[in-house]
Amino acid sequence: MSRLRLTGISKSFGAIQALSDVSLEVAPGEVLGLMGDNGAGKSTLVKIVAGNFRPTHGSISIDGDTVDFHKPRDAQRQGIEVVYQDLALCDNLSAASNVFLGREPRRRVAGFRFLDYSTMHRRSAELFAILKSETRPRDLVRRMSGGQRQAVAIARTLLSNAKIVLMDEPTAAISVRQVSEVLDLIHRLSDQGISVVLISHRMPDVFAVCSHIAVLRRGELVASKLAKDSSPEEVTGLITGAIETA
Amino acid sequence: MTTLEQAIDFSQHRSPVSRILGSQIFWVFAAAVLACLALTLLTDSFATQRNLFNVTRNFAFVGLIAIGMTTVIASGGIDLSVGSTVVLAAMVISVLMSTGYPFWISAVAALAAAAAVGWLNGLLIAYVGMPPFVVTLGMLSAARSLAMVLSNNKMIWEFGPDHDLLLWVGGGSTLGLPHPIYVLVFLAALMSVVYRWTRWGQYVFAIGGNEQAATLTGIPVKRIKVSIYVFSALTAGVAGILMAGWLGSVTTNLGQAMELTVIAAAVIGGANLAGGQGTALGAVIGALLIEVIRNSLILLGISTFWQGMFIGCFIIIAVAFDRIRNLSSSD
Ligand SMILES: Nc1ncnc2c1ncn2[C@@H]1O[C@H](COP(=O)(O)OP(=O)(O)OP(=O)(O)O)[C@@H](O)[C@H]1O
Ligand SMILES: [Mg+2]
Repeated sequence: MSRLRLTGISKSFGAIQALSDVSLEVAPGEVLGLMGDNGAGKSTLVKIVAGNFRPTHGSISIDGDTVDFHKPRDAQRQGIEVVYQDLALCDNLSAASNVFLGREPRRRVAGFRFLDYSTMHRRSAELFAILKSETRPRDLVRRMSGGQRQAVAIARTLLSNAKIVLMDEPTAAISVRQVSEVLDLIHRLSDQGISVVLISHRMPDVFAVCSHIAVLRRGELVASKLAKDSSPEEVTGLITGAIETA
Repeated sequence: MTTLEQAIDFSQHRSPVSRILGSQIFWVFAAAVLACLALTLLTDSFATQRNLFNVTRNFAFVGLIAIGMTTVIASGGIDLSVGSTVVLAAMVISVLMSTGYPFWISAVAALAAAAAVGWLNGLLIAYVGMPPFVVTLGMLSAARSLAMVLSNNKMIWEFGPDHDLLLWVGGGSTLGLPHPIYVLVFLAALMSVVYRWTRWGQYVFAIGGNEQAATLTGIPVKRIKVSIYVFSALTAGVAGILMAGWLGSVTTNLGQAMELTVIAAAVIGGANLAGGQGTALGAVIGALLIEVIRNSLILLGISTFWQGMFIGCFIIIAVAFDRIRNLSSSD
C-alpha cells in the first residue's frame, strides 16, 4: 500500500493553473525526486500535501485513508514534515524557538502553562548533533550562516516521528560538505521507512539519493518512473519539454 | 559540555555587562535618570512630592498604552486608533455612570467598547488583509466621532452614585503611589512574562519576524493578530477609565494625538517598527523619558512648543542607536 497517494490534484490561483490533474504515489521508505522548471508547481504541490493550501480538485490519501487538511497542524498530525523552500524561519527568534515553532513544549507551573525552554534547548542541541551542524540552540537565526539556517529548518522535520518528509530545495544554499550530510540524512530517513520527497534543481543530488523521479511541467506530471530507468539527460529533456513524456 | 564548546559559547555570548551596555533600554533609562538629577539640582520644584506624583501618574497612562502598542509593533503592525479608543472608553464609562449605573458595570461596558474597536481593527487587518495603518487610521476617526455622538460633545463631570469611587480609582493613591502606577507595574510585569514564556508571546514575535513562516508552520496567525489588536485596545480602554477618574471630567478631546506619544514611547523603548522586537520594560521606560522631558520643559520655563522637538530628536536618536548597534554586532 502506498504511504502517500495523490489523485487528480489540481490547484488554481485565480487565472493561474498551478497544478492540473497530478496523480502520484510514494511508497514507505521511498525517496522521490520531484523535478521541474521554475514555476512548474513543485512548491505548490508541497504546500498542498503540507496543509497550507487545499487543492481545487483531487484527493490525498495516507496509508490508504483519505485525508483532508485544513491547516498545517492537520498534516503534522498525520506525520508530514516539511522543509520549505525559503526555509520559513523567523530571524528574530533563536534556533531552538524556530525548531519548535508552532508546537512548543510547555510545562505547567501554578496552573499556567509556560514554555519549556530547557527541553527546547536540549532537544534542538541533540538534533543539531544528529545533523552534524555547529548550530547553537540559543543563537538568533539572524546571525546564522546559510548552512546553519538550513540545519534549523531540517531539524524541525526530525522533531516528531514523521512518516513523510517533504524537502523543497533543502540543499540550495549550502556547501558541498553539508550537501552530503543532507543526502546522508535522507538515506537514513529512508532506511527507517520514512518516505522522502526531495525537490531540487541539482541533478546529481537527485540521482544520488532518489529511487524514483517525477517531473512536473507547467503544472502537469509528465513523468514518474524509477531513477535507474531514467537518466539526467532524459530528465533534463522532460523538464524543458524537449521530451514530451516518459 | 566540553571546555572547547564552553569557550566557543563564551566568546559568542557577550558578558552581562556588555549586554547591558548594548541595550537601548539601559541608555534611555540613563537619559531619564540624568534628566531627573539635573532637574533636581537646577530647580526646587522637580523633586517635590507633588511634582513627582504628577510625573509618575502622567507617564503611567502613556506607559500602559505603550505596552499594548509594543505588542502591536512587535507583531509588525501599528495601531493609530489608541487615542480615540481612550476617549471612547472614557466616554462610555462616564455617560453610563452619569445616568446612574454603578462603576463596575460601566467599567466593563467601557472595556467592552474598547475591545470591540480592537476586534474590528484585528478583523479587518487579519481576515480582510487590509494594511494596519489604514484600518487604524480610519478607526482613529470613527471611534472619536462615536465618543462625540455618545456624549453629544458635552463635557461630563458628574458620575452618578459611584462618582467618588471613579475619582479614587483613577486619581487616588495608596501608600503614596498613584493608582495608575500599580496598574502599569502589574501590566509590565505580566507582559514581560507573557512575551517570553507563553506561546502567545512567542507567536507575536514570530509573526513580526516572518509572518509567512509563522503561517506555514501552522501558527494561527489571524486569530493571534485579532487578539493583539484587542489587547492594544484594552490597554487604551483601561487608560481611558483611569484618566476619566484622574481628570474628574471627560471631554471629547481626551487622548487627542496620544497615539503619537505612545508610538514614540514604544520606539524609544526599543520596539522595532519593522516588527519582531520590543519589550514591556522598554515601553515603560520610553514613556518615562517622554514625561520627564515634558515636565522638565515646564519646570525650566522653556516654552512647551519645544516639546515636540525634544521628543522628535529622541525618536530619531533611538532609531539611530538601533542602527549603530546592528552595524557593530554584524561585523
Ligand atoms: N500563493 C500564490 N498565489 C498565486 N499564485 C501562486 C501562489 N503560489 C504559487 N503561485 C503560482 O503557481 C505557479 C507554480 O509556483 P510554484 O511555486 O509551485 O513553482 P515551483 O515549481 O516551486 O518553482 P521554483 O522552482 O521556482 O520554486 C507559479 O506560476 C506561481 O506564480
Ligand atoms: Mg518552489
